[in-house]
Amino acid sequence: MLTYTLQRIALAILICLTSMGLLFTALHAIPGDPASIMLGSRATPEMRQRLNHELGLDKPILIQFATQVANIAQGDFGTDIFSKRSVGTEIMESLPKTLILIGTGLGWAVLIAIPLGCYSALKRGTWIDRLTGILSVGTISIPSFVVAIYALLLFSVQLGLFPVIGAGDDGDIRDQLWHLVLPSFAVGLGWVGYLARIVRASMLEVMNENHIRTARAFGLPEGKIVLHYALRIAILPTVTLLGLAIGGLLSSAVFAENIFARPGIGKLIVDAADVRNYPVVQGAVLSTVALFAFAMPVSDLIVAWLDPRVRANF
Amino acid sequence: MSAQTSEAIVAITAEAATPGFAAGLLRRLRSDPLGLLGLSLVLLVVFCALTAPWIEPYNPFKIRVLERFSPPSLVHVFGTDNLGRDVFSRVIAGSQIALGVGVSSIAIALVLGLILGLCAGYGPRWLDNFLLLIFDSLYSFPTVMLGLTVVTLFGPSLETLMSVVITIQTPGYARLIRTATLATKHSEYILAIRSLGSSPWRVLLIHILPNIIGPILIIASMDIPSVITLEAGLTYLGMGIPPPAASWGRILQDGFDSIRDAPWIVIAGGIPLILTTLGFTFLGEALRDLLDPKLRRVV
Repeated sequence: MLTYTLQRIALAILICLTSMGLLFTALHAIPGDPASIMLGSRATPEMRQRLNHELGLDKPILIQFATQVANIAQGDFGTDIFSKRSVGTEIMESLPKTLILIGTGLGWAVLIAIPLGCYSALKRGTWIDRLTGILSVGTISIPSFVVAIYALLLFSVQLGLFPVIGAGDDGDIRDQLWHLVLPSFAVGLGWVGYLARIVRASMLEVMNENHIRTARAFGLPEGKIVLHYALRIAILPTVTLLGLAIGGLLSSAVFAENIFARPGIGKLIVDAADVRNYPVVQGAVLSTVALFAFAMPVSDLIVAWLDPRVRANF
Repeated sequence: MSAQTSEAIVAITAEAATPGFAAGLLRRLRSDPLGLLGLSLVLLVVFCALTAPWIEPYNPFKIRVLERFSPPSLVHVFGTDNLGRDVFSRVIAGSQIALGVGVSSIAIALVLGLILGLCAGYGPRWLDNFLLLIFDSLYSFPTVMLGLTVVTLFGPSLETLMSVVITIQTPGYARLIRTATLATKHSEYILAIRSLGSSPWRVLLIHILPNIIGPILIIASMDIPSVITLEAGLTYLGMGIPPPAASWGRILQDGFDSIRDAPWIVIAGGIPLILTTLGFTFLGEALRDLLDPKLRRVV
């Protein structure tokens, strides 16, 4: 188990390093030097030279890469070209807000999807099962930003039930929760259908297994069989999936944050991309890649913790 | 779509690729109402894209300042936008961009994925490992984030957008093709051809490729909705196709600025996106159920 975990962590580090390499290569592969691209056409040669020096772009290319990796390993993502603040600080300010958003989005999706998938597996073939199936496919395919815009139009602009922009006042939890409702709805909606389908499929599989038949033969109440013996195993594929889900959730958070003008990593990156503030974009993207790369070993560990059979195999 | 499902489809559709299969598929699709709905939606979008210049009631780029923000009426079915352009015509013109970008960039990604996947699957071990690491790293980028990075470097344009889509789609195809190649590589007929002295390229292109391409094409066509979503999404953020192109994302962006006064613009921009993604997804689901009797029983 320990070896396996270490292997996965090593792979995650390798993926982060390769991603840094890819971003680094991309920055240097584009025609023209990075400084003139960042500064735009109005830059004077002196300005370009200064920025090149500040970014360390006047050193040999391998040294540049090594310095960058070493800096990032120490949490130094460079400096914002415009605000001159540390990119690391900007990320640390916005990342928790994004994590709260996707956590809430995923949270309500899980809370609805697991009972829904479980119920439609038990009532297989009835109209409610079929309706769940259709709604699942429907919610999976509708783009999250369309959901966000429509939700904003209907609930905020037309009905005035929820606030239109922002994340609420600092320190006012109720206000912040109020601001969180629509964005997290938009982020989570697609996952309700997706997770419900996975839970349903694995529930159908588990209900046919021997230990469920044994439990039935012992005359255990159906509720206990479903909740205690079947569902516990049936939700395992969901946990594995959640590790993979981080990427998709972050992508939909980019839209939710921009549509609802919420501070967060998605807003940070779009605002930076708009003015071609490359250090911020790079730092923000790398932190999301790291999040994704390490979410997978973590979800593996959670599965092993939940399922004794998996643990025994290591 | 998860890698396992895709690989299962590769395995199963490879067997299904027999003569008379397509006819049987169509016959069975007829008894699947959702699949039929999907098919008709897809056909509708394709029809709009192919005949756009003839069925647009107005020129989608013509600015009529006096008619700006007219609400939906018989004259302008979806109303007009902030520049007085007819939104319905722009929605129809948007189908050309959506399908054009979707199909062409998936096709390019497929060709690149084929080359890289065949190299990884058939080439030496170190090349396989190296390519896998690159694929997995690219896979770890959240799609929108990767898109924003590329746009920051190259500036928003149609070419940038397409290269984003290609960068995102290629690793997935390459991985699938690698798996399929690995599975075919050791079959007896490949061994026979190799012992006859065929060059690796001949083996790959004439003997392996035809055996794995069919299922990959089906999987690639299922990716069209996510590519269309990405195109519209990045364009909505102002990072995709620059104005005045009538991308659905652009219509949404124009409409979002006037969401209080002219809500019909965002509504009109979202509907084609919903219908297209639903259509492709329902059709894809139906095809998958038809192709894979095992999945149909479980799911």
